[in-house]
Formats: sequence, structure tokens, C-alpha cells
Amino acid sequence: MLKNVTLGQYFPGATPVHRLDPRTKLIFLTGYIVALFLAKNWASYALIFFTLAAVSYTAHIKPKTLLSGLKPLLFIVVFTALINLLYGTGEPLYTFWIFRITRQGIHNAIFMVLRIMMLVCGTFMLTYTTSPLSLTDGLELLLNPLKKIRLPVHELSMMMSIALRFIPTLIEETDKIMSAQKARGAAFDTGKLTDRARALLPLLVPLFVGAFRRADELATAMECRCYHGGEGRTRMKQLRFSGIDFAAFSLCALLIAAVCVLRAFGL
Amino acid sequence: MPIIKVESLTHVYSRGTPFEKVAVDGIDLEIEKGEFVGIIGHTGSGKSTFIQHLNGLLAPHTGRVIIDGADPASSKETARDIRFKVGLVFQYPEYQLFEETVYRDIAFGPRNMGLSEQEIDEHVRRAAYFVGVPESLFESSPLELSGGQKRRVAIAGVMAMRPQVLILDEPTAGLDPAGRENILENICNYHRTTGATVLLVSHSMDDIARIASRLIVFSHGRVALDGAPADVFSHAAELKDMGLAVPQATEIALALKKRGVDIEESIYTINYLRKLLVSLRGEVGPC
Ligand SMILES: Nc1ncnc2c1ncn2[C@@H]1O[C@H](COP(=O)(O)OP(=O)(O)OP(=O)(O)O)[C@@H](O)[C@H]1O
Ligand SMILES: [Mg+2]
Repeated sequence: MLKNVTLGQYFPGATPVHRLDPRTKLIFLTGYIVALFLAKNWASYALIFFTLAAVSYTAHIKPKTLLSGLKPLLFIVVFTALINLLYGTGEPLYTFWIFRITRQGIHNAIFMVLRIMMLVCGTFMLTYTTSPLSLTDGLELLLNPLKKIRLPVHELSMMMSIALRFIPTLIEETDKIMSAQKARGAAFDTGKLTDRARALLPLLVPLFVGAFRRADELATAMECRCYHGGEGRTRMKQLRFSGIDFAAFSLCALLIAAVCVLRAFGL
Repeated sequence: MPIIKVESLTHVYSRGTPFEKVAVDGIDLEIEKGEFVGIIGHTGSGKSTFIQHLNGLLAPHTGRVIIDGADPASSKETARDIRFKVGLVFQYPEYQLFEETVYRDIAFGPRNMGLSEQEIDEHVRRAAYFVGVPESLFESSPLELSGGQKRRVAIAGVMAMRPQVLILDEPTAGLDPAGRENILENICNYHRTTGATVLLVSHSMDDIARIASRLIVFSHGRVALDGAPADVFSHAAELKDMGLAVPQATEIALALKKRGVDIEESIYTINYLRKLLVSLRGEVGPC
């Protein structure tokens, strides 16, 4: 049951998109989002959509997978569309009660929905094609300059990788303990709210005990391997930009430039 | 009427995703009241998945399970009733302990059954006695006990519900030989005194050969072999193909046979082997 929770699920693969340096993907995503917010007309939206489609085709991520990721956001999307649709400005095409439907409103609603959907899909493209560990690695390297202002970049990214690593473990453990307590007659899904809250105790206590035990073991294991923070630490997997990374950068620059031009000419 | 009846049971994990996995694949079984069944199979053969269907923790994707005439999938209430009838001890059950004291942890199941304080007390003391948890430990925190003691308390927590069917998933994993011996003895004891049906999942052929009256061998989510230990262990080659071993006694008997000694093949306990060897030596004369 809890297995269905996907937190930025990663689909392993060996496509060019998977092989891109995580830093490239992070920068590309940023550029993509900038382009999305600069876009003002059909032509630039089409261009951005084309980019997204090309990337997902190259990465072998099916449109269905991307769309199914949108499901939890359905409410927000519909809500935004309605607000934009009902409170448009300009010449009304149709009015009822306090609402005015205008050409501008329809236009805004469509663009807003497209923007949210493409934004979310773009972000999914990143997490679908990048393992959480290489993502934090990339993030750490990109944020490295912030060490100058004493931001503990290495520690933060280490914490993030450990947290990501243990999410599935904790979910599995929760599942197991829940089953074990249900086998002893615990009822998690029936009864009054107070009963249910009390019923969580047999789940939470072993879960926390387990989490602390794990943390302890992990700390010992790290110290046994002489971990002492980020100072002077080298990496096994050196991140290096290669040909496809530069190609991706060019593509990203081109996209932003094109969107800017289209915006300037107001096409 | 069999107490457990399983009809073409299938269970698929993560159905409809790229990670789909058929864990249990069309199992038909009947288990009679009072049987002591050993379940063996390689890692990932679906044993744990299978036993979680027997008390309604998992619902079958196809097929059905009937426990003592009732189907746990029929309603939440039936499932809960069945959980008191079918006690399930999970792999590494010590990680489920949560109460402040050993006594209260063992009492968790009986309390959920809605018994009176006096009945709870009786159940707890009896269960603790079965697994050899002394009353002097009742007031200590379960988290302070040793691994073996924790395991015992956890098993007592299930036994305290006095289930008609007791299922244990590798109750001896990770214990020292004396602790293993002890826990197996406790389980046999429970079986003998209460007449309950017991299902024991184990990776130790020697243990299971000694105490089970029927063996069910799982392989890739199906039942590969099912019968008395002697029958099952006479399929030594098949068992080896499935990545399983035969008991040491069988191993020795097979090796002797290969060297031309006239000996039964379906030997599976050390005691019986010893008896046979002694009688053989009597025939051959001291060497
Ligand atoms: N919660 C789950 N989600 C997805 N797959 C699972 C889950 N639990 C088990 N599986 C898979 O189902 C198969 C059967 O697992 P199961 O735990 O029933 O095997 P087992 O016979 O108990 O093994 P072991 O002897 O190691 O305990 C395995 O391939 C396992 O990877
Ligand atoms: Mg198992």
C-alpha cells in the first residue's frame, strides 16, 4: 500500500539524457523554466513543448508516465484554469452572475495550464532520469561557491543523500511493523479519531527505535571508514562535462534566445 | 473440514508498473487441524508472501483463502477475527516490540481481543511460560533485553492470543544453536499441549526434518513438493536444483549409497541414521 508513494521516482536507463552530467540537467532545467516564464505567445510555447517532447523521446520516458505524474496536481491545474477563465479582463464574450468570460481570460487560462503542466513535466524529466545520489552530487558541486559565505554545502548535501537513501527503507519498515501489529489485532483504520491516534503508538515507537538504531549504525560505519566531513575529500565518481553536456548547454541557450526574440517581436 | 484451504492463490507485487513481480503463482493447498507443517523454499520463493494471505494481511489477486470456513477477504471484521485465530510471527519479530514493559507487550494481542483483565493475565503468564520468559523479566523494558530474549517475548506476544493456527516465519534466524534449539522446543511444546496447527517457515533442513510432520516446498511462487518429510527428502536431486539442501543425515546416507553401502535413501534424522549405521556395523562386523 505504502509502496505506491513515489518520491521523484527514478527510471534507470542508458540514454543520452541519463548520461548527461547532473549539473547540466539542473542548469538546463533552470534555463527551461526561465524560457517558460518568458514565453508569451503560441510560437514560443510550441518551441518549449517541442523541446520537452524531444527530451522525453530521447530519454525513453513515455508521455503516459509523465502525465500520470501530473495526477496529484489535477486540482491545482483545474483551479488555476477556472480562476483565469472566470476573472478575465477585457471585452466580455459571455457574462453570468458575477463572472465574465473574455477572450483574454480564455487565453490566460490555456497558457497558465500549459505553463504549470510543462513546468511539472520538466521537473519530472529531471528526477525520472537522474538518480537521487547523482542529483545531490550535482547540487553540491553547483552550490560549492556558497561555501565562501560559510554555508555548509557538503554537510547539507550529505544529509540530503542520506535522507533520500533511507526513505524507501523507512517506508518498507513502516509497512512491516504495521503488518506485524495488525497480526496482533491492532486496528489502524477503524474506530474514532482518538482511538486511531492511540493506535499509532505501536507503529511509531518501533519505527523511531529502528531509525535511531540505523542512524547509530550508519554513523559508526562512516567513522570506521574515516569519514570526517567534506574537507579534503575526493570523489570516486568525478563529474566531468563532456560533448553532450556542451550540446545541451547550446540547446538551452538557443531556446532562451529564441523565446526572447519571439517575445520582442510579439509574434 | 480442513482448517486452511487455499485455492489457486496468486499475488503480484507492484502490479501495472515496470517493477511487477509475481510472488505467489497459483497455489492450491489444504491443511488439516493439528498438522505441523514445515515450509521451505529458496529466498524470494514467496513463502512470506504466502503466509501473509493466511490471516488476511494481504489480499489475493486471484483465487481465495478459506480459514475455518471464513474468507478473510470478505470483510474487515472477518479479517480481524481471523487474525486472532491465525497467529502470525513475522521474520525478526523483535522489531515490533513497543510497550514499556515486557508484560504489557505480551498483553497487547489479548487486550485487542477484548478479554477481561483476569483472562489477559492468564494468557500472558501461560504464553511467557511456553517460551521460557521468566516472570522476573515482566517489569523490564523490552528494549533492554538481549536479542534472543526479545525474540521470545515477541513470539509470546502472538502465542498469548491462543491462536488455533500458529505461523512462524523463520523464528530461529540469527540465533545461536542453544537459542534455536530452545525456541523450536517451545514451539513443539505449544503444538503438543494446545493441539494447534503450526506452520513453520525455515531455512534449516535439519530442524524442519526433525519436527515437522509434513513439508511444503516452495519454488518460484509455486508448490514444488508437498508430503511427508521422507517423501520430500527422497527428491534430493530436485531439491538441490531448487537451491535447497537436504538434511545432513540424508546427505550422508546418499554418499554411503554411492559407495555401495546398502542403505535406505529417505533417511532424514540423525537419530535414525545412527540406529541404521549401528545395525549395519553389526552386520559387517567391527572395522
Ligand atoms: N513488498 C514487496 N513489494 C514488492 N516486491 C516484493 C515485496 N515483498 C516481496 N517481494 C518480492 O516477492 C518475491 C517473494 O518474496 P517473499 O518475501 O515472499 O519471499 P520469501 O520466500 O519469504 O524469501 P525469504 O526466504 O528471503 O524470506 C521476492 O522476489 C520479493 O522480491
Ligand atoms: Mg521471507
